[in-house]
Amino acid sequence: MLSFILRRIVATLPVMAIVALFVFSLLYIAPGDPAVVIAGDQASPEDVERIRQSLGLDRPFLIQFGGWVWRILHGDLGTSIFTNLPVSAMIGQRLGPTLSLMIVTLLLTIAVAVPLGVVAAWKAGSLIDRVIMGFAVFGFSLPVFVVGYMLAYIFALELEWLPVQGYTPLSSGFWPWLENLILPAIALGCVYIALVARITRAAMLEVLQQDYIRTAKAKGLGQGGILFIHALKNAAVPIVTVIGIGIALLIGGAVVTESVFAIPGLGRLTIDAILRRDYPVIQGIVLLFSFVYVLVNLMIDVIYTLVDPRIRY
Amino acid sequence: MDRRTVLKGLAGAGGLALTGLSAPAIAQGASARTLRFVPQANLANFDPIWGTQYVVRNAAALVWDTLYGIDAQLQPQRQMVESEETSDDGKAWTFRLRPGLKFHDGEPVLAKDVVASLSRWAARDPMGLMIIAIQQELTAVDDRTFKWVLKQPFPKMLYALAKNNAPCSFIMPERIAKTDPFKQITEYVGSGPMKFAKGEWVPGAKAVFEKFADYVPRQEKASWLAGGKQMMVDRVEWIVMPDPATAAAALQNGEVDWWENPIADLVPVLKKNKNISVDIGDPLGNIGSFRMNHLFAPFNDVRARRAVLMAMSQEDYMRAIVGDDTALWKPLPGFFTPDTPLYSELGGEILKGKRDLDAAKKLLAESGYAGQPVTCLVAQDQPITKAQGDVTADLLKKLGMNVDFVATDWGTVGSRRAAKTPPGQGGWNMFHSWHAGADCITPAAYTAIRANGDKAWFGWPNSPNTEKEITGWFDAKNLEEEKAAIGRVNKAALEDVVYAPTGFFLTYTAWRKNVSGIAKGPLPFFWGVSKSA
Repeated sequence: MLSFILRRIVATLPVMAIVALFVFSLLYIAPGDPAVVIAGDQASPEDVERIRQSLGLDRPFLIQFGGWVWRILHGDLGTSIFTNLPVSAMIGQRLGPTLSLMIVTLLLTIAVAVPLGVVAAWKAGSLIDRVIMGFAVFGFSLPVFVVGYMLAYIFALELEWLPVQGYTPLSSGFWPWLENLILPAIALGCVYIALVARITRAAMLEVLQQDYIRTAKAKGLGQGGILFIHALKNAAVPIVTVIGIGIALLIGGAVVTESVFAIPGLGRLTIDAILRRDYPVIQGIVLLFSFVYVLVNLMIDVIYTLVDPRIRY
Repeated sequence: MDRRTVLKGLAGAGGLALTGLSAPAIAQGASARTLRFVPQANLANFDPIWGTQYVVRNAAALVWDTLYGIDAQLQPQRQMVESEETSDDGKAWTFRLRPGLKFHDGEPVLAKDVVASLSRWAARDPMGLMIIAIQQELTAVDDRTFKWVLKQPFPKMLYALAKNNAPCSFIMPERIAKTDPFKQITEYVGSGPMKFAKGEWVPGAKAVFEKFADYVPRQEKASWLAGGKQMMVDRVEWIVMPDPATAAAALQNGEVDWWENPIADLVPVLKKNKNISVDIGDPLGNIGSFRMNHLFAPFNDVRARRAVLMAMSQEDYMRAIVGDDTALWKPLPGFFTPDTPLYSELGGEILKGKRDLDAAKKLLAESGYAGQPVTCLVAQDQPITKAQGDVTADLLKKLGMNVDFVATDWGTVGSRRAAKTPPGQGGWNMFHSWHAGADCITPAAYTAIRANGDKAWFGWPNSPNTEKEITGWFDAKNLEEEKAAIGRVNKAALEDVVYAPTGFFLTYTAWRKNVSGIAKGPLPFFWGVSKSA
């Protein structure tokens, strides 16, 4: 297992290199110029050119790319064109809010979606099943920002139970941290809950047809034990897979959610950087996201061996 | 006790027990000493000379002071300066600083700091460049006195040092001001009423300013950038909210105190809230712009440009930008900011009265337009440019033009508009922008009115008449001469259609009713603003 993990980690290096080259090339050929944004609307073309030179943006592609790769190899993600702050520091500032949002959303999803999927499978074809699957279709169809605005209107403006926006670090207390994340996590989690609930239901339906389930019932095992111990464990592989894939959904969804709830996370940093053409920041974030995604896939592979002992690498 | 308090209590108790972390103690009244403000945009950098965005200028006005400040009557008033003298020939200016001025690091403000700061500012400012072009020397005479000697008189010197247009001539310590004006500073030390809390800065999310205890305000009443900048709060937090709906909800919920520029669509909701005040933020407003490329057909022919003016309905543009609130806009038969002392409508008949589409079509045909594509760059991520772009697409089609509508983002427009290549080869025919009314009072900081060909702003209009009249304004010796010169600039610029103004529009600002002292002006002024619990 250890050698498998090491092999997979080593295998991430070429993936990261390809991602780096791809992102750098894409930004190089994309229209837009950070020097123009910096110089402001009233700047002369000469001012823009001088800023471009001072940022090194007038140098040939290969020299720019080579310099960037060299810095990456030395653990330096570069400096933001706009803020003049190290990209690693900017990412560090934004990591906490995004990680918090993703963790709360993930926990909420697993806590809600898996039981819903199990119950829907158990009561397949019944009204309960239809209600749950109806909710799943609803959750999947509604854009994150629509759910976000609705939640903010009801729970923040009308009922005044929760704040509209912002983020408080965990170091300021558990409730201040959590109260800022509840509405964003529900908004972001809707799609994810719908997806995981549907996959859980489908996987469970298949497992519930198996002979060993019939045997368990014949032995007189309780319904809860059959569903959550015998059936769910055997249905876990596709569920774990979709949860892993969902991490990518969360990353994409976080961009919108963070904007709607004014959470100072990586999603907003990404959007700001793209709109301003802050190349070092965009490259740093994409590298980080691709690394996280590769890491999550690795974790999923490892979890497979825990839920299904037949799987060996 | 409401439900939220109960929830907080329950979850807080449970949560704290789980994490072992404690919530910070909040001092009594701390909330009333902190003003939470939603700015118009993200404070992405904090060098007001390197980055000339308005949001940077607005934040910088808290941290850095200026030698002179423009007041609400648009007059330059002494700020850091105690006195000034001009030589009889008008070529030498001697300035003396007020005593007791200090930077945030405790060091006194000296004449050498001013000399370095003015040198850096002048390299990036249009008026500063004009001064440099005639400069003989800029030197510190002693710790509190400095001298600016010119080769010829520059009557607008005090206006240049006081103006609120970016970049303003902010005064920094010499060691910081010696930074190349095309490179960013890394220290944010000023002598203004607030200190910048660099450690709390999260670009794109939050910026914090703390009261500078050693600031010595002037004794006069504050008026815009002039007078005594008395801070009534200890801390100002800028909270960036990219989504207007979120900002509106946060203001209604009391999570922020002041929102600089609510969008027109949300203003009716805010007006209904009994805890919120809404009013025009900047009476100088903005001027919408339809900017044509004078280098290529069809707009290289003045008849095609005039055809656009003849057909254009400013009402259509204004309603697209600000909606049906008629208090927010007015037609503008010219280029200068309405209700300011020099405002003129001379030559503005072409933009007045009923629109004559047939005459415009005839004039366009006379210009030789033969159906070639007209490349319109439209930034979709800026509501103002998007709204104007939609109206323009319709207008040009009505004129019988073949519209190549390039829907893109502002970053791309900003880059592509600099291209002087033909429209079919990466160039363009027109784009939209808007100019702050504060920049359009005189030609001093009004880059978009300049018509000196290659050196002009994007579109590169070449109108010797306009340029001649602008020079006449710079040379004017009194208000009457200035007024007459502005009228002639307006007429010449309309005759040659330097650009097409799409109208004058205003925006609102909104604040909680427990906040008082908010002044109308071209930027948010925080001095004099107080907040009750």
